[in-house]
Amino acid sequence: MQNFEFVRPTSVADAVAALKGDEAQPMSGGQTLMPTMKARLAAPEILVSLTAIDEMKGVRKDGDQIWIGGGTTHATVARETAESFPALSSLAGRIGDPSVRSRGTIGGSIANNDPSACYPAGALGSGATIVTDRREIAADDFFQGMFMTALDEGEIVTAVKFPVPQRAIYQKFIQPASRFPLTAVFVAHFGDDVRVAVTGASSDGVFRWTEAEEALKGNFSADAVSGLSVSADTMISDLHGSGAYRAQLTKVMTQRAVSALA
Amino acid sequence: MPKDGGIGSSTKRREDVRFLSGTGRYTDDINLHGQLYAHFVRSDVAHGKINGINADAAMAMPGVVRVFTAKDFEGVGGVPCGWQITSIDGSPMQEPKHPVLAEGKVRHVGDPIAVVVAESLGQARDAADALEIDIEMLPAVMDMKEAVKDGAPKVHDDLSSNLCYDWGFVEDNKDAVAKAIADADHVTTLELVNNRLVANPMEPRVAVGDYDMANDEHTLYTTSQNPHVIRLLMGAFVLGIPEHKLRVVAPDVGGGFGAKIFHYAEEAFCTFAAKQLRRPVKWTSSRSEAFMSDAHGRDHVTKIELAMDKDNNFTAIRTETYANMGAYLSTFAPSVPTWLHGTLMAGNYKTPLIYVNVKAVFTNTVPVDAYRGAGRPEATFQLERVIDKAARERGVSPIELRRQNFITEFPYATPVAVEYDTGDYHATMDRVLEMADHAGFEARAAESKKNGKLRGFGIAHYIEACGIAPSNLVGQLGARAGLYESATVRVNATGSISVMTGSHSHGQGHETSFAQVVSEMIGIDATQVDIVHGDTSKTPMGMGTYGSRSIAVGGSAMVRATEKIIAKAKKIAAHLMEASEGDIELKDGQFTVAGTDKSVAWGDVTLAAYVPHNYPLEDIEPGLEETAFYDPANFTYPSGGYACEVEVDPDTGKVDVLSFSAADDFGNVINPMIVEGQVHGGVAQGFGQAMMENCAYDADGQLISASYMDYAMPRATDLPMFKVDHSCQTPCTHNPLGVKGCGEAGAIGSPPAFVNAVIDALHRGGHKVEHINMPLTPDRVWTAIQNS
Ligand SMILES: Cc1cc2nc3c(=O)[nH]c(=O)nc-3n(C[C@H](O)[C@H](O)[C@H](O)COP(=O)(O)OP(=O)(O)OC[C@H]3O[C@@H](n4cnc5c(N)ncnc54)[C@H](O)[C@@H]3O)c2cc1C
Repeated sequence: MQNFEFVRPTSVADAVAALKGDEAQPMSGGQTLMPTMKARLAAPEILVSLTAIDEMKGVRKDGDQIWIGGGTTHATVARETAESFPALSSLAGRIGDPSVRSRGTIGGSIANNDPSACYPAGALGSGATIVTDRREIAADDFFQGMFMTALDEGEIVTAVKFPVPQRAIYQKFIQPASRFPLTAVFVAHFGDDVRVAVTGASSDGVFRWTEAEEALKGNFSADAVSGLSVSADTMISDLHGSGAYRAQLTKVMTQRAVSALA
Repeated sequence: MPKDGGIGSSTKRREDVRFLSGTGRYTDDINLHGQLYAHFVRSDVAHGKINGINADAAMAMPGVVRVFTAKDFEGVGGVPCGWQITSIDGSPMQEPKHPVLAEGKVRHVGDPIAVVVAESLGQARDAADALEIDIEMLPAVMDMKEAVKDGAPKVHDDLSSNLCYDWGFVEDNKDAVAKAIADADHVTTLELVNNRLVANPMEPRVAVGDYDMANDEHTLYTTSQNPHVIRLLMGAFVLGIPEHKLRVVAPDVGGGFGAKIFHYAEEAFCTFAAKQLRRPVKWTSSRSEAFMSDAHGRDHVTKIELAMDKDNNFTAIRTETYANMGAYLSTFAPSVPTWLHGTLMAGNYKTPLIYVNVKAVFTNTVPVDAYRGAGRPEATFQLERVIDKAARERGVSPIELRRQNFITEFPYATPVAVEYDTGDYHATMDRVLEMADHAGFEARAAESKKNGKLRGFGIAHYIEACGIAPSNLVGQLGARAGLYESATVRVNATGSISVMTGSHSHGQGHETSFAQVVSEMIGIDATQVDIVHGDTSKTPMGMGTYGSRSIAVGGSAMVRATEKIIAKAKKIAAHLMEASEGDIELKDGQFTVAGTDKSVAWGDVTLAAYVPHNYPLEDIEPGLEETAFYDPANFTYPSGGYACEVEVDPDTGKVDVLSFSAADDFGNVINPMIVEGQVHGGVAQGFGQAMMENCAYDADGQLISASYMDYAMPRATDLPMFKVDHSCQTPCTHNPLGVKGCGEAGAIGSPPAFVNAVIDALHRGGHKVEHINMPLTPDRVWTAIQNS
């Protein structure tokens, strides 16, 4: 990797200020950014570590929502939401391996919006709100395509607020090499609302399968989805699966999620 | 019960103390005073013309000592190939030059173009970014069948085509085979791909070159399976350094799987640059570099035909294989699809007529060479797949079809030039079916069906040739080296022993198992014996470890040397006890005189050898040290039956391996625990090949599985607990230990068992899928179901 300046502010305000520097970039767990820098695909001049900012850490109840600091590691989320939001806990607990989970953060994952990442499905599937240093953004508006988000230059994800569904589940079908999702589905059931978010499948990144949501609202059973299909055209097609295969997985994982909940 | 440390005991591996406590000493742990760091600048295109390289800016960067390009290697030899194959028409294979650094053209992604040597690795990498390299892209030669057509772009402009050789074996049988196929009652045909693999040893390659000006001596520390071979190839063919001025050391090596047999450009570079710069030069491969510079394995495209008479007796086999050589010929590349593959096409079966045609092709890809099994997995896969298909076409049990055609009488001369000395294939088949509870399969299949899953049972039986090899035979077949092995047994004055072996351990546990053999022969404790390997200045000229040859060839050399030691020690003992030499017996470290109560201990005899006060100096020399070179009389032929049970999820194509059983015949076994570990590792690699590993290029020659994000390695959680057994033993008839070798069996026998199980499951589910090319990823299995 190339040389860089390293700063480690202790408040969000200081971090935002540091990010105004030339070619400055935030780093949280570094689980995505460090390999990219080692491969010389990213070369920030100032690296602003967000790991010393206490106000960005922790999991707590916030009314009927769960507030998770942007700098909270996957391992902490897995541990601390085990009872309050088991589906999110199980999502966080299956990211990567113990070392990745002990460093990688929810803020880093959400900000990066990898088309195969887990958290975007959890956030979109539960209708979460992304909190930044300057505003709040609904998950529906936040994820804007592969590696693209509503974040402005230098804007930091400080927290994510999750409404807790009555029941929810994350069904992950792994890509055999990276063990990221080849396709994964987060299904959440809130009273008369159902949300289905799909990751790993589409070349537009995480998306809501609204057709399935509508069908499930009337009839929350695997059968309700059996007549539906997603189009393979916009699906990712690569070494690990064709678009048609990902479309199939989208449906099968949704059905399995619903069966497991029903 | 064998005693701990003796032959047959599962003695714990002594090397694991250092490996598990992080105190092993690998090549990257070696840092020499004043050492410089080399960074290789590699081609990012598959095929291109180098119009120019401007290193001025790079040279001016901080810490840069020198930038090397092909120009610096004028007058230096190319990386040599160690095996010459002759084509059907009698012409020698086409052998292109393999320069240390690319000359004029780059020929694969990863081909080294230049090397920046600097005070630190970071400085070398920074300077590499400042190098200006002007490359004009040329069309990439990727598909083997397209590559050999007239007018195809050429990988090497000075060769007549991309065809390295066109080999027929046994050419004299060709017409008889054609006739047998024409006359057959039934012919089963199958086209298949043996997928390209990356070996991925845990430790990437490393080279440290050092030069001692005062004595004009070179030292290369390298991650090699065979330091003497590297010394020979690099010294004689590349750099012109005589053996006594070149020392090659391969200390602890973290896995090889074949990829560390070969002599690589980076080794020659570091040795060469150290002399030029008068400072040690180190290169450590990154994992990304390993993907594009370690020799790859397999990559065959084959059509096989199996002919049968009306009673389902095999009457002939004919195969046509395209074998990818990659862009250059790696050290043993030409031998893999030919002599290591064609000679195995009889398998366990008494097929009277066999003809194998292999076309080796140059493409713009990383060179391909031996990888665990080397040629034998490719042969086994074809046979064991086509037999399953034939059984289905004939409506007979795949197990019975195999049994009916098994070779049962030994020695057996195959129609493909080898003679199997021993074996009992029905025994291993019986054993594996019992281990796998074949009888209970239908009940389990019914249970799976209830859960919406398809269960399948796959069987495969294999033979392999290990213990490479009789030197005079391989010499006739084109090998440019002998394939004996060596050992020096040095007994110290107090009776402890150092064995210097030409074999090399890079995970196999020789330090433990070799010591078991010597200590058992003498009857002393195994802790009294140390095994020394991996340094040309310490061990006699030896050929190293690959082809499951260590115990069969290296172990035999060690036995021969120890026999010489015992013979001499008996003479000394006879003198000490004033008895006749013929009456001396050695047991449990004591020499006795038959029929008397006289005895003298091992340590007294060894002391006498080095303090020869009361010693027959007129008859024998003092000291106790012997060397033996062992050249085997034949290959050894391990064999076995493998069974696999899988469950396929028809909605996702995901395959779960529920059980795997291996019944191997390795002849005698020295350390059962180590042998079982070898089978476990081999089967895991076979699983990797069959189910997940895929080294893939796109049409432009970009390596698309260039990291662990896309190249899938098996993990423990993907696999069931293996059942392994080696109780069926037909000892090898021609080596002193009766051993056969076990290192590659798992990787050879298992891929067809996995694939056969999946295809069986699909047929049971009503999906008429005849074949799926490896790896059987969920996507491929699901797609095959959709298309059936
Ligand atoms: C072996 C391995 C396996 C993995 N498996 C999975 C998996 O199964 N599922 C999965 O979802 N992920 C997986 N990941 C990715 C992992 O979850 C990462 O930790 C995560 O994607 C990024 O989080 P981070 O904190 O490490 O971010 P970093 O690497 O520090 O940063 C990532 C990007 O986000 C920016 N950034 C970081 N924090 C913030 C913030 N608070 N606000 C704004 N921008 C920010 C950075 O500038 C950078 O561009 C895996 C990673 C590895 C190495």
